[in-house]
Amino acid sequence: MFAELIFYSFLAILSMIKSLFAFLIFCIIEGLLTFGGNMKKLFSLLFSVSFFILSTNTYAGSHSHPVTGEKLAADQTFTYWHGDEHSSHDPQILEDTYGSNIARDLFEGLLNQDADGNLIPGVAETWSANDSKDVYTFNLRKNAKWSNGDPITAHDFVYAWQRAVDPATASPYSWFMEIMSIKNGGEVISGDVPPSDLGVKALDDYTFQVELTASLPYFAAMTTHATTFPTHKATIEAHGSDWTKPENMVSNGAYMLTEHVINERLVRERNPMYWDNDNTILEKVVVLVIPDENQGLTRYLAGELDQGPVPAGQYKKLKAEYPEQATSFPRLCNYYYTFNLSETGIEAFQDVRVRKAMAYAIDRNVITEDILQAGQTPAYTFTPGSTAGFDVPKVAFSKMTQAERDAMAVSLMEEAGYGKDNPLSFTMIYNTSESHKKIATVMAQMWKQKLGINATMENTEWKTFLDIRGKQDFEIARGAWCGDYNEASTFLDLLTSPSGYNDGKYSNASVDQLMTEAKTSSDSSKLYTTVERILAAEMPVIPIYHYAGVFMLNSQIKGWPYDNVEQNWYSRNFYKVAK
Amino acid sequence: MINFILKRISIAIPTILILIIISFILMHSAPGGPFTSEKPLPEQVLKNINAKYGLDQPMYIQMYNYITGIIFNFDFGPSFRYKDRSVNDLIAQGFPVTLKYGSWSFIIAVFFGVSLGVIAAIRQNSYLDYLSVGFSVSAQVLPNFVMAPILVLIFTLWLGWLPGGGWEGGKIQFVIMPVIALSTSYMASIARLTRSSMLEVLNSNFIRTARAKGIPKYKIIFSHALKPTLLPVISYLGPAFVGMITGSVVIDMYFSTGGIGLHFVNGALNRDYSTIMGITILIGCLTITFNLLVDIIYAWIDPKIRYDS
Repeated sequence: MFAELIFYSFLAILSMIKSLFAFLIFCIIEGLLTFGGNMKKLFSLLFSVSFFILSTNTYAGSHSHPVTGEKLAADQTFTYWHGDEHSSHDPQILEDTYGSNIARDLFEGLLNQDADGNLIPGVAETWSANDSKDVYTFNLRKNAKWSNGDPITAHDFVYAWQRAVDPATASPYSWFMEIMSIKNGGEVISGDVPPSDLGVKALDDYTFQVELTASLPYFAAMTTHATTFPTHKATIEAHGSDWTKPENMVSNGAYMLTEHVINERLVRERNPMYWDNDNTILEKVVVLVIPDENQGLTRYLAGELDQGPVPAGQYKKLKAEYPEQATSFPRLCNYYYTFNLSETGIEAFQDVRVRKAMAYAIDRNVITEDILQAGQTPAYTFTPGSTAGFDVPKVAFSKMTQAERDAMAVSLMEEAGYGKDNPLSFTMIYNTSESHKKIATVMAQMWKQKLGINATMENTEWKTFLDIRGKQDFEIARGAWCGDYNEASTFLDLLTSPSGYNDGKYSNASVDQLMTEAKTSSDSSKLYTTVERILAAEMPVIPIYHYAGVFMLNSQIKGWPYDNVEQNWYSRNFYKVAK
Repeated sequence: MINFILKRISIAIPTILILIIISFILMHSAPGGPFTSEKPLPEQVLKNINAKYGLDQPMYIQMYNYITGIIFNFDFGPSFRYKDRSVNDLIAQGFPVTLKYGSWSFIIAVFFGVSLGVIAAIRQNSYLDYLSVGFSVSAQVLPNFVMAPILVLIFTLWLGWLPGGGWEGGKIQFVIMPVIALSTSYMASIARLTRSSMLEVLNSNFIRTARAKGIPKYKIIFSHALKPTLLPVISYLGPAFVGMITGSVVIDMYFSTGGIGLHFVNGALNRDYSTIMGITILIGCLTITFNLLVDIIYAWIDPKIRYDS
């Protein structure tokens, strides 16, 4: 009966469509011949109905910046670009830069960074460490509130930090708490002791204390990381994982989440409960997710974004055309190729002369200046030079000219017994990407020409690539690493034997020893320099270049922290000046 | 007819089940997992995450839990990528978007496609025919990933008439370009199908008879020729409609519409098992439903087809 009903209603719809067709075809045949000229009018009419006014550029001009006195735009909205949807904006769950950018606006941790990356008070007004630097005490401000009006207390931090390590939360960043050396951090993660045993406590409502297992001079700096941001217990308990939806969310940052459509947009608006709300100027911050970089740039140029991407290879051109908007600055990331030094690797790579020859033969300037063209710097050390407290050592091959390096490479290779008659052959792998491919091609070509090496290039999709590299099922593989914090150990730890990220399985007892010492040393910078010297002598990885951040920024937006190498920015420090 | 429908539905259920099992196995046998990343997670952390999502259990138990979750709670599981969203959330947010631009694209593709095809056929070898064929061919060779950036360049950057992307709940100015980009190639296929089919029908005996009897041309076309002409078109429309309303990764990527097309592709790249499964099931169900509808319409249009034996 029911099926019949559907069937007949379908028939009815179909017959309607049929008569519509008849009418349309009649119109078109007649129309094409007689009123062809009117089509243009029809289209312009259609468009005028749907005219879209991009953004309100009218401004009253009555506001001016309280400090600098610059005339402010009436519309204080900052719209910026994300190339992908962030995985979460729950501070304890998030794991990507995009999520952290959002969390820094929605939440505020114990400490913040200023425009140069220095520590400044956040929810904590003052902080101190004991002499052995293994107990840190934070005094919280009493006027800090959640967006629902509740006061922020030390208990909120205790809750959030316990939540971060609780196995039930299964935070992908729980390991960050472990490297913060918080007492019982690792034990809680492995489920040996309950989260309540974590070495954090509220001495009173406004005093938060952390106990560490080791002396950690840079501990305070780690509390600017999103994983350590406070979360509102009552909200999370009431809504479960849905608490991050705009309708449920309670947060303590300068902005509140008001709209979130996955893969489209996320909107955050000023939080009137924020303790420093009076000094916030931007009213609204909008993220638009645009996976295609060229499309992102087009929309930036059309005025839809205040900050947009610079697609690979276009920086030079854009800089020439928009010198005030195209921006490049050093980033805490490196790009390298790692030899597989484990048993599954090829024998030739066990020979340090081969590794060195291959590293020397690469003309990094060709890669940074001719391929990437966006302010990247050639890398001769694993750690980027812009890392805080890191003195770039003058390692042997960084001082030579490329011709000297090439000559050295040829003789090293000959010593090792390889040459044009006995060429070295191997496969280099990288994950599928246009720019990785270009770099690999250039590298293979340089090796071929200078050393007679036959390198076969092989690319695989990202996750497959990670799988292969993680299982040491490769000979030489691309790698890149971005620092989690502004300190050389975030890079160099990667090349210690116990590191889970050491895909090349490089192992050197003195490197391990020096890195352990550096953790508690008051002058770790020297130790890092020594490690880099060892790396340059042994060449377990070939550093290629250090990243540069590039983007287009509307020149009306002021306050961008270019000098903060970690690029930890807070929207409340920005403002939009009138045109 | 009712018997036929019931029979088809009873076949559909095991089909979906097989679809689930095969995609589940395929998904899980791809190298890497949802939590593989450049910075591999420490073993203990990974163990906690796997335990949270039940990935530490044997595959048949995971599959059993997944299928029973769908049947009893209509729960497609949590997304592994968007960690505080469920697949139900993702589909609930993304499907209405693709349904909207997909349906509009379908209506426009059918409307203009059939019209163009019919015009071309009845004015065969005239300039209208050449125009329509030329248009179809060029629309077909211009894939939507070329079309989309061109549209944005013209309407957003040069003319400034339309926003370059976004959805904002589906306001008209956000729908126009996705619909144009998505519908053109379908429109072209429909036009070409209609044209060749119409030409064949117009040359058949019963049309000649009708003409000999002096029936006016428009009546011949609309009352006699159109119905058999549309037969091959309709068999094309079923899958085409599903293709359009389940979204297009190109549209979602270029226009940031937030539809499920992008989830489908990203789900596979991120090894977001539950998202991939959810969308696969959705597409599977829609495909089966629309194939059934096509069969029913067929029977109605062509009396020679009888499903009940």
